[in-house]
Amino acid sequence: MFLINCPFCGEREQSEFKAGGEAHIERPKQPTELSDDEWAEFLFMRKNIKGVQFERWNHAHGCRKWFNIARDTSNDQIKTVYKMGEKPPVE
Amino acid sequence: MKNKYSIFSLIKNAFSYHENWEKAWKDPEPKKEYDAVIVGGGGHGLATAYYLAKKHNMKNIAVVEKGWIGGGNTGRNTTIIRSNYLWDASAGLYDHALKIWEGLSQELNYNVMFSQRGVMNLAHNLQDVRDLKRRTHANRLNGIDAVYLNTKEVKKFCPIINTSQDIRYPVLGGTLQRRAGTARHDAVAWGYARGADEMGVDIIQNCEVKGVKRNGDTVEGIETTKGFIKAKKIGVVAAGHSSVIANMAGLKLPLESKPLQALVSEPVKPIIDTVVMSNAVHAYVSQSDKGELVIGAGTDDYISYSQKGSHDIVEGTLNAILELYPIFSRMRMLRQWGGIVDICPDASPIISKTSIKGLYFNCGWGTGGFKATPGSGDLFAHTIANDEPHKLNAAFNLNRFVSGDLVDEHGAAAVAH
Repeated sequence: MFLINCPFCGEREQSEFKAGGEAHIERPKQPTELSDDEWAEFLFMRKNIKGVQFERWNHAHGCRKWFNIARDTSNDQIKTVYKMGEKPPVE
Repeated sequence: MKNKYSIFSLIKNAFSYHENWEKAWKDPEPKKEYDAVIVGGGGHGLATAYYLAKKHNMKNIAVVEKGWIGGGNTGRNTTIIRSNYLWDASAGLYDHALKIWEGLSQELNYNVMFSQRGVMNLAHNLQDVRDLKRRTHANRLNGIDAVYLNTKEVKKFCPIINTSQDIRYPVLGGTLQRRAGTARHDAVAWGYARGADEMGVDIIQNCEVKGVKRNGDTVEGIETTKGFIKAKKIGVVAAGHSSVIANMAGLKLPLESKPLQALVSEPVKPIIDTVVMSNAVHAYVSQSDKGELVIGAGTDDYISYSQKGSHDIVEGTLNAILELYPIFSRMRMLRQWGGIVDICPDASPIISKTSIKGLYFNCGWGTGGFKATPGSGDLFAHTIANDEPHKLNAAFNLNRFVSGDLVDEHGAAAVAH
């Protein structure tokens, strides 16, 4: 359990938010051209990092907007919060 | 040869105040090279080593564990064992395990306290009723015992359940698998460790894997905190940390690691003599031999390796427990903890070869791996020894995420996915 600083509403309890998993997985530009292996990679394969991970969150019980955060999954500490469409921060 | 545990050894050791029992397993330093190394000294890993030595005659093997054996999810689960899964592939896998459980204490000469007290799954709405009836039929077709109970029969089987139809999630019925039950989780790890050790398996504790060395598409060994260990075959059974090891080898797995919580109450006199699970409200409860209520909660929805879950998850579970069992309203909770579970998109495990020769993974058990411990070890040992899966775990390969032939047990089985 931790606090998340929503870029639109400010600091709220994590239970107000919905986790959206790994961020920056790009939707295939040419879905019809994709092989089965590439589909599996897009749909199922995840880095599942122990350490700093970039991920999407949604303020489900608040403003309902999506944004990204960089969070250390080994201790749940949030490093930074940034908006959708922005590039992930470099360490 | 180890001395057999029996009533006579118990009496004999009583005379020396139980201070001269021989060690159940040695604590060796790793050798330079093994035929096979198992990464992860939980129940599944130790069982794998045990069956590799026993059934496949591989004696030069080691189990490496970063902490102490059985200290991860093996010691953190709620010890429920059942095999009432919907799909044929899952039914085969989990009932294989249940059949081994039934003779495990005798086979290991170690009391794993397997207790077939039955597992009851509750239905709270009409869709639950239809799903559970369908599953009962599917189970019977697969030779797995299952009966459907109506509300009255549920109340008769477990009298403390509140079957009032006025509660938020009323009990409309349930299924019962009488062969299901619980076992003592630590004893499973210790029993397999003792058995494997006796056949010459090196159980190396406090030895964390730091890297996986490969030569092209073949695995060569592992880099550990106790130095490099060369091995022709490496079987990874690292539960929540499977992706971490896979990343070291340059592989990606379809897993997400999330905290799953459980809690126990203060010990009380016997009050519930079975296991009751509820899918819709996500609460399950049984009573340990010490008298504590053992309560399982749900997973958090975010990835975390912190072994800590959110308070609101526990609160939600306890709300449900209290509505179903008003008698527990003044019960105090003693301890609460979290474990990290590796969840597959289809909520079924992976027991599989990989694209790297000599590297095998047994993972993705998610929230329900304990029940499968003996079967998982047996089938993973078969897969490692023969470099091809047994027919019971053939469906649980990594390639199913490419072919689309998933074993979709999400919500279709009993609970806890």
